Amino acid sequence: MLDRLHQQTPTASWMSERDTMAGDACDEHDRARRFRDAALPCLDDVFTLARYLMRNSADAEDAVQECYLRALRHFDSYRGPAMKPWLLAILRNICNAEFARRGRQEAPADFADDEQADATPPIWQEPQASPETALLRRQDGDTIRRLVAALPQPFREAIVMREVNDLSYHEIAEVAGVPVGTVMSRLARARSMLRSAWTVAEGAAP
Amino acid sequence: MNCADTEIMLHALIDGELDAGHARDVEMHVAACPDCAEKLEAFRAMRQAMAQASLREAAPAHLRARIEAMLAVPAATSSTASIPRRSWLASIRESWKNFFGGFAVGTALSAAVAASLVIAVVRSDQNQQIAGDVVSAHLRSLQAGHLTDVETSDQHTVKPWFNGKLDVAPPVIDLTAQGFTLIGGRIDYITGQPVASIVYRRRKHVINLFVGEPLGAAIRGVKDESIQGFNIRHWREAGLDLWAVSDIDAGELDEFGQKFTAALHAPGPP
Repeated sequence: MLDRLHQQTPTASWMSERDTMAGDACDEHDRARRFRDAALPCLDDVFTLARYLMRNSADAEDAVQECYLRALRHFDSYRGPAMKPWLLAILRNICNAEFARRGRQEAPADFADDEQADATPPIWQEPQASPETALLRRQDGDTIRRLVAALPQPFREAIVMREVNDLSYHEIAEVAGVPVGTVMSRLARARSMLRSAWTVAEGAAP
Repeated sequence: MNCADTEIMLHALIDGELDAGHARDVEMHVAACPDCAEKLEAFRAMRQAMAQASLREAAPAHLRARIEAMLAVPAATSSTASIPRRSWLASIRESWKNFFGGFAVGTALSAAVAASLVIAVVRSDQNQQIAGDVVSAHLRSLQAGHLTDVETSDQHTVKPWFNGKLDVAPPVIDLTAQGFTLIGGRIDYITGQPVASIVYRRRKHVINLFVGEPLGAAIRGVKDESIQGFNIRHWREAGLDLWAVSDIDAGELDEFGQKFTAALHAPGPP
């Protein structure tokens, strides 16, 4: 739903922006204030997802900046209810567009279905069900961040939106433009991959 | 509930996304299944570790400052309504350009430009295709026996004939007095959409007037075109798209269109 909304809006709001150029400054003042109050508290969330999608800080900052500019421009089309998923959906589109522009292999949405992605990373192994692996040793933050960052894109964004951005399944589904069932299977897969990588990292730790 | 079902539901349980009924089902299965119980425990531990690892990152101070500057609320002034708005937008774009100059500005602007270009290209292509279809339909109509489905010079016969055949009620106007003889009507198809074709004759020349629901991009005023030696006059009126096509010259076709419009808006029953 959100995706569709964005695709429709650019021209319309671009036009309306020009058309209302001579509009009331008070309305404009009010609009800008409402946007700032709603969007600024989400900055860390937006930046974190950008970090995990773009995988480096400079690109993430550019994407976040553009996200806020685009969101401000399209704020007229924002119908709620939640600002965070709306911003994250815009950010995700920006990142996807940037990957498409660069023609990178890891461009998000390249995974037509989860089965295909299942086959790609041979380094992931199903965890051995044993009492030893049941209790995972606490990994340090850097290791965990590295493991999350190494996940294939659809699983990485799902787990970050769930664990960091604290979005509901429904919100993740809207941002990623997939059914809730797909979100569930991606999260299950993401955690399963993380768990096995975790176990491997644990084994490698001194 | 078996292990395969539970596998995915475990996560929904951890995430608090299950309703009470499903949560109970999963918990009952887990209570009876050591494998699934072990998984649940592992995933819970992992989730807790992730929470403690604080994966959430604070936006760098310089980025926050930039965004805050960008979102700085302009002072509301009462006298000059439009000027502050302009300068505010301009200053955002200016500061933004200074900070970035590359990726962000380039992407945003090129995306906007590309979007408008695509729309322009798509629209003109669409109208071009329609014009091509109009000429093809006109040519087909000139083949023997194809010109009219209902042949009459009586507008009160032609108009009801369209009833139930189209979603619109095309205006059928006899222009014999103005030098354009109504000879009948038929149904035709333009880009796959059924349209009315009202057929007129001017001396030995046939004029097809295609009338249908708006197809393609909006047009303003009258658009004249010439394709394969046929003249087309395209305009929009009363919520309908109208294309007149004929081999008469453009001036006469324009006269036809003007007389049609005048008669359409003439007071009293036509």
